Amino acid sequence: MSELGKPTIAVDGLHVEYRSFASGKAASDRRALLKRQRGLRVVHALKGVSFVAHEGESIGVIGHNGSGKSTLMRTLAGLQAPSRGAVYAASRPALLGVNAALLGDLSGDKNVTLGALALGHAPSEVEGIRDEIVEFSGLGDFMDLPMKTYSSGMQARLRFSIAISRDHRILLVDEALAVGDKEFRAKSEQRIRELRDQAGTVFLVSHSMKSIRDTCTRVLWIDHGNLVMDGPTKPVVRAYLRSK
Amino acid sequence: MTNIDYGAVARDAGLPRVGARPTLPAYLRELWRRRHFATTMARFRVEASTAENRLGLAWVVLDPLLQAGVYGLIFGVIMPGSSRPQPFVPFLVTGFFIFTYFSKSFSQGAKSITGNLALVRSLAFPRMLLPLSAVLRNLYELVPMLAVLAAILIGFRQYPTWSWLLMIPIVILMTMFNVGVALVAARLTVHLRDIGQLIPVITRILFYMSGIFYSLELVLAPPKHPAWMLALAQLNPVHDFIELSRGALQEAHGVPGRLWIIAGVAAVSMLGFGIVFFWRAEERYGRE
Repeated sequence: MSELGKPTIAVDGLHVEYRSFASGKAASDRRALLKRQRGLRVVHALKGVSFVAHEGESIGVIGHNGSGKSTLMRTLAGLQAPSRGAVYAASRPALLGVNAALLGDLSGDKNVTLGALALGHAPSEVEGIRDEIVEFSGLGDFMDLPMKTYSSGMQARLRFSIAISRDHRILLVDEALAVGDKEFRAKSEQRIRELRDQAGTVFLVSHSMKSIRDTCTRVLWIDHGNLVMDGPTKPVVRAYLRSK
Repeated sequence: MTNIDYGAVARDAGLPRVGARPTLPAYLRELWRRRHFATTMARFRVEASTAENRLGLAWVVLDPLLQAGVYGLIFGVIMPGSSRPQPFVPFLVTGFFIFTYFSKSFSQGAKSITGNLALVRSLAFPRMLLPLSAVLRNLYELVPMLAVLAAILIGFRQYPTWSWLLMIPIVILMTMFNVGVALVAARLTVHLRDIGQLIPVITRILFYMSGIFYSLELVLAPPKHPAWMLALAQLNPVHDFIELSRGALQEAHGVPGRLWIIAGVAAVSMLGFGIVFFWRAEERYGRE
């Protein structure tokens, strides 16, 4: 792998555990207020994942539901703390996920302002990039409605548009394109390729093998929190499809 | 991909760890750089909270005014007593408005992280902006409340004097105190959601202890009670902020100078403690 650029992300033996309240038979612990939470269950979502990503790579992440893909993305972005191991990155990765509206009771327009400010844009820049964001999202007529009234596709479009308003060196796309329509998807995939060509690193989580084949040069296959396979797109996707 | 030392790869390439808590000065610099997020969010929240009501922003003032009215009716008309100084209405309204600034900063600050998880989980920014924005929102709401208070004072022939300007340092000190309280409450609520259930109780206790519809100074007057009891009651900074405000706004209302010292020390120490306490858990917000 000598023709690759400099490393941008190194992931070293990453473990992530979730503590969550469970109910039912499996969780009928004895109640104790201070010592242990009742029904606490530990879910081991990532079990020692390691890899290095380089400049100009776009990496697909595939696996079944619940295999730990989204957890990996959240940890890469620094939004979820690892219980063991560490993530090192050249700059803070930006995550585009499918979570709910930013602030549902505020209008799309205000979400754009707040999102841009939270991303670190100066207030004087916000007015300038607002048009860009609205234009890219294609939601011009809906900007004065509360974001909670948007359909999930519309919410995803607006979030994606806000997030890519800033140039990121490392971009994590967690199924954020799955809910968009065909046109928006093509536009976003185009933007992802541009980012990659500007020596960025892009991670794409998707269940669409077509998207993965079209945009990715390398694929990580994760199963039950373990990295099963890491390599060029074609053989990994083929092995993944055969495993089903 | 067998025995690669990934930590060494990262060190060689000079890659810093993601999500590592920055040093306190770096953190505060970043906070300052993104301060517009907190101020803008506070402003939007004020607008959004009342957008669905016919009277809109008027509710910011109407709500505490109506509540003060209820207490005024009960304690001023139905059960008047010697512990309530005259004129009672400005005394009560001052106490109620200043207390509202504290109690809402406290309760909204506590919910500022747990109530904005979608935001915390999708964007990376210094989390301290959220409790800060909660307090700012209430500071914005305090401004029209103070305007209404001025109108009420004038209605009771308490005309503006230069000492009204003392409200500026009082509100600054109180804001520092409220930010400190909000930061501590926000982190504790993340660790233990049960705190959210306790906050109304704590607020209620403070409400009765802070001398809002009665005068602590009259109730605990020296001949009937030993002097240390009043001194102890005056260690409550919320009470001191209220008393200082009354002293600044009503000419006849005398306030001992040591309340300034207690209020100042409480503001500085609460803010300092709150910042360090909140920053130390920065990596943990948004988990679970």
